[in-house]
Amino acid sequence: MNTILELHNLKKYFATQKAVDDISFDIQQGDIFGLLGPNGAGKTTLIRMITGIFYPDSGSITFEGKKFDPVSDARHIGYMPEERGLYRKMKIGEHALYLAQLKGMGRHEAMQKVKLWFEKFEMQSWWNKRVEDLSKGMSQKLQFVTTVLHEPRLIILDEPFSGLDPVNANLIKDEIFRLAKNGSTIIFSTHRMEQVEEICDHIALVNKGKKILDGTVKNIKHTFKENHYQIGAAVLPEHLMTPIFKVIKAQSDSLLVQLFEDTRTNDVLRYFINKNIDVYSFKEVLPSLSDIFIKLVEGSPEARQFQSIN
Amino acid sequence: MNKTGLIIQREYLSRVRNRTFLLSTFLLPIVFMLFIFGSAFFSSHSKKEEKKIAVINDPGMFRYNLKDDSGSVLFYFPAATDTTNYLNKGYDALLDMNNDSVHKTFTLYSQRQIDLDNKEIIENNLDRAYANNQLQENGISKAVVDSIDQQTTDAYAITNNVTKEKGETQKVNVELNYGIGFGCGTLIYITLLVFGSMVMRGVKEEKTNRIVEIIISSVEPFELMMGKIFGIAAVALTQLFLWFALITILFAAATWLLPSGAMNHAQQAAQALHGGGYDNTMQLKIAAVLQTIHSINLLGIVGCFVFYFLGGFLFYAALFAAVGSTINEDSQDTQALTLPITMPVIFSFIILSSNITNPDSPVMVWASIIPFSSPIVMMGRIPGGVPLWQLGLSMTFLIAGFFLTTLLAAKIYRTGILMYGKKSSWKEMIKWAFRKS
Repeated sequence: MNTILELHNLKKYFATQKAVDDISFDIQQGDIFGLLGPNGAGKTTLIRMITGIFYPDSGSITFEGKKFDPVSDARHIGYMPEERGLYRKMKIGEHALYLAQLKGMGRHEAMQKVKLWFEKFEMQSWWNKRVEDLSKGMSQKLQFVTTVLHEPRLIILDEPFSGLDPVNANLIKDEIFRLAKNGSTIIFSTHRMEQVEEICDHIALVNKGKKILDGTVKNIKHTFKENHYQIGAAVLPEHLMTPIFKVIKAQSDSLLVQLFEDTRTNDVLRYFINKNIDVYSFKEVLPSLSDIFIKLVEGSPEARQFQSIN
Repeated sequence: MNKTGLIIQREYLSRVRNRTFLLSTFLLPIVFMLFIFGSAFFSSHSKKEEKKIAVINDPGMFRYNLKDDSGSVLFYFPAATDTTNYLNKGYDALLDMNNDSVHKTFTLYSQRQIDLDNKEIIENNLDRAYANNQLQENGISKAVVDSIDQQTTDAYAITNNVTKEKGETQKVNVELNYGIGFGCGTLIYITLLVFGSMVMRGVKEEKTNRIVEIIISSVEPFELMMGKIFGIAAVALTQLFLWFALITILFAAATWLLPSGAMNHAQQAAQALHGGGYDNTMQLKIAAVLQTIHSINLLGIVGCFVFYFLGGFLFYAALFAAVGSTINEDSQDTQALTLPITMPVIFSFIILSSNITNPDSPVMVWASIIPFSSPIVMMGRIPGGVPLWQLGLSMTFLIAGFFLTTLLAAKIYRTGILMYGKKSSWKEMIKWAFRKS
């Protein structure tokens, strides 16, 4: 796999805040990359540098092996910001055409693509309606279409599902998978962890302008696992004090336990066998990203404080 | 098509196709015509009431000489009238001369303050009566004095010929040039504010509905700002052109359809509207206008108008855009932020309207060269002729000024457009403007 985007020691300081403070990571082509972080962590500033809206104070961005050039590379990037809007008085078809042409498509080519996507999302009848007549979900669909219309090689979606009903959210989710399969790279910024687990291959977690974690979702979960196991059994042993595990949660027919160090899973099974209790299920429980996120971010003050630079 | 071109196209079409644009383009000339003809109609059908003035304690020289030809006041010399009873006797005012032939200040008693016109008329009549009395005291008979007085009322007029370089002379019409200059200056003043704030609102709209982040991930903020400014400039030129064309057509149609008397009234009213004031020689002046209309360098004036309109608009539009970029949803502080931009525009217009009768005075010359005021003030001078070096300097400064304001404004715009939730002060904006990028 090729590396499509490399960030090297990016920094962006504002008057009262180190918005992005020395962040580096790589993104592979075709990946769905989750950029996570609490509110105010610096995600949007980071994205704005990747889209060429902000220039970094220092550090560099490499796009497809070359130094990132906001003017010429804009054609290959599709960006859907979190706070997004449209020209309210414009007709929907014209609006989609306009944004596609601003990305550098010819009018004819843009027209074909817009029609194709409108058909796919069943939006043909919208063409001559005005943007102000759209519901929130509808305009979000339009925004998604205008983001991916020009077949960008890098697609950046900032909270793409906020405000969408499950049906439309699934529609867009499927589209994201399809685009990634066809070779587009997707950066997916959110603080909704369950979506990240479902969609992303790789993630990076930023907090207070710094990257505190990155890797594949699987690896990260293994790194943060706490030896939790779920045991389903017919009868629960009466005395649960044992040197091999600690019970975290007990229910009528299942136990959540944490194995002590050096305990092997078979030791647990043996313990149940010795007690002659039938085990129906035995499953490792990996921490959710949400748990990891909270664990890592916790302890830092809830709201980011203003700081003085220099 | 390049991206700025696309933006210009969108800004232009989205405004020109708008219902408000069509309404204002077609209704305004009609309203304008109705206003002129309407006021002409009313002024020709309403007669000014003559004020009756009782004169008492005449020192002797006024009784047979004081009279008024303008139809504004009537002088009476009644007996047994004083400050206590003049109203009861049906007079509007009482002029007490105190039997004083030495001091030249008299007191006028009236129920309400007299208007400025009448004050001037009475003073002129007193001057004339005094002069006529002096003539009679020096042995000229009253009959002769009266006859001279009648002959010399508005008897003379000046036509002005301007000497050109090679000794040629050209007849000019001072009143017409004054009217055109003031009209053009006023038009630039109004359009500058109207279309300047259109730029500001456009920028503010893009910012508050958050489309701007999507756009500037495709184009440079500078391209977006310039696209908007040029698009709106094109809208303004279109509208001005349509107004001009429509008013010409309507005037032509009116001249053709209406009886000539009505036209005369309309022209008088139009002249009066442009600040000319109405006086007895207006008819003569209108005749002179028609005679000298060919003396106007129409092409030159239109060319200068387009230049100064565009130059002034571009000079200020970038500043308006910068302010628009710093406004948030809550636009309480819009006023405070726009004031520093609208002040010089308004001030230029004040300079124009208070000095237009003296277009070569130092304040007019300087104001027509400095780019903050030159678009409005220079237009007031151009019809009467401006030395080429001044015109050249003024134009150069305006173009240079445009580049300077645009450069500074672009930096403010770039920062302001993505700032949300925070109130921006002028201090901060100046800091952004001079920051190295």
